Amino acid sequence: MATAAAHPAPGSADGGMSAEAYEAAFEAAVAADERIEPRDWMPDAYRASLVRQIAQHAHSEIIGMQPEANWITRAPSLRRKAILMAKVQDEAGHGLYLYGAAETLGTSRDELLDKLHSGRQKYSSIFNYPTLTWADVGAIGWLVDGAAITNQVPLCRCSYGPYARAMVRVCKEESFHQRQGYELLLALSRGTAAQHEMAQDAVNRWWWPSLMMFGPPDNESAHSAQSMAWKIKRFSNDELRQRFVDICVPQAESLGLTLPDPDLRWNEESGHWDFGVIDWTEFQEVLKGNGPCNAQRITQRRTAHENGSWVREAAEAYARKHHSTPTAAGAETRKATV
Amino acid sequence: MATEATAAGDTAVVDAPVADVAVEGIPHDTAALERDTARYALALGDDALILCQRLSGWVTRAPSIEEDLALSNIALDLLGHARTLLSYSAELTGGGDEDSLAFTRTERQFRNVLLAEIPNGDYAVTIARQLCLAHHTRLLYTALAGSADPVLAAFVTKAVQESAYHCTHAEQWAVRLGTGTEESHRRMQAGLDRVWPYIAELFAADEVTARLVAAGVAVDPASLRADWDAAVGAVLTRAGLTLPKPNWHSQGGRQGLHTEGFGPLIAELQAVHRQYPGGTW
Repeated sequence: MATAAAHPAPGSADGGMSAEAYEAAFEAAVAADERIEPRDWMPDAYRASLVRQIAQHAHSEIIGMQPEANWITRAPSLRRKAILMAKVQDEAGHGLYLYGAAETLGTSRDELLDKLHSGRQKYSSIFNYPTLTWADVGAIGWLVDGAAITNQVPLCRCSYGPYARAMVRVCKEESFHQRQGYELLLALSRGTAAQHEMAQDAVNRWWWPSLMMFGPPDNESAHSAQSMAWKIKRFSNDELRQRFVDICVPQAESLGLTLPDPDLRWNEESGHWDFGVIDWTEFQEVLKGNGPCNAQRITQRRTAHENGSWVREAAEAYARKHHSTPTAAGAETRKATV
Repeated sequence: MATEATAAGDTAVVDAPVADVAVEGIPHDTAALERDTARYALALGDDALILCQRLSGWVTRAPSIEEDLALSNIALDLLGHARTLLSYSAELTGGGDEDSLAFTRTERQFRNVLLAEIPNGDYAVTIARQLCLAHHTRLLYTALAGSADPVLAAFVTKAVQESAYHCTHAEQWAVRLGTGTEESHRRMQAGLDRVWPYIAELFAADEVTARLVAAGVAVDPASLRADWDAAVGAVLTRAGLTLPKPNWHSQGGRQGLHTEGFGPLIAELQAVHRQYPGGTW
């Protein structure tokens, strides 16, 4: 929690500081690893950068429900069906926390959803790949959630308080999902030959896209330097990607599955796993909207929103008829809580 | 819990050939009682499983993220009910488990009421179907708390609370849609008209149920009708909706006679399980 006196909002009782003084107080708070809170002064660029990142994160949770929901009706056992349904629900919940965190920066969920639907804001490129078999549900849990956790654990110490706190809750559930994905793949890997083959095929298809989740290489990452200076990010894309590879290699081995990279080998000197070259052209194409499912994912989201508009309108009309105006309702609430 | 046997009367339907049929009027021996109870648990489990499968279709397609969550929450509760009931059914017959029952039966062997399997339609159809089924389940589970079968009685103590939540959710939406806008009112009425032909079946007893009612194990479905009419009727009044008067009434779900949309539903449910014979998951 940043001390309010260190960087008060302009217009507050002890305000009257110069713009430079606000800036300096903000820089000092970040340097001291204090948390920036919604009512604190912050540079416009810091605010904009956070809105972009948190919104993209929230959108990823919401769009990310689709590839997995694709298998809910076909899950091969009732236990697995229950696990998958609970997981997709958790993702909707994460989306809601994150939209809430973004709203503390002065935007609204409606505005953010509108930007998602019109393509003005992005979501993680990984969700533009199709889920073609049941094993993909396991590969997503193990690899995609694994990559997400590697990215998100450092965000629990991000300089912006509401985002950091959302990440603590999100990471707890994500690591549970990742273990479930691993366990799903393990069951398949140790199952019949056909099940083992399905698991290997899924890992082959999801491995490289998962490595792309860490973003472009450090020397080509547009936002990295500034994000690290602001302590929104704590580690570089390449550092996190390396950490992920180092974790996954032994896990793949215990799964009895291979990773689709002939250049993967242990480097005695660096103490890390060396790996092959990522196809950055594919990454750029997917980011630009030219991946296998980009159009499908946004169309499904937009269709749900449009088909639901009469339901939301009915709920609003009902609320208007049954409650007093928002101002009056606010007054009642305040009166009740005094 | 209905303690008196009520004659199945004109709702009794000839059973499907796959069923075990004991002769009515002859007291249950233990084996016959277990067979009947297994069949009863199977039917109730199928209601929950098939409605869960339908509701799952809303995930990522609901009108708001909150509703996406609410519907999948309800579906997950129902899946929990299905798993308990199917497992118990398998245990009583001494063969198979929840998965063999869910994934290896044919369409003709499922025992759910037809209302549970009709397609989602728009949000109003789904809410109308939820309103009718949730109230039915709530009343049924409440009455089953007095069942002579300890497993069924224990199961409903938790499940009835979940059903009550499902009722509240459906009621709130029925009223919002019924009194919201002209468009939502029209759609909610159309939703009710769509589901109403399937209501009578909820209150029709088959032979198995009739025998179990006599044994104090099952609830006579007909005994739930008055409370259901009162509860659902009150919602329709609040929502400004008209009670539909359909000319046609469904039957046959409990005997494995389903709608044409049921085959594709089951094909989707069972696809992966059947593609990998001998697999453990």
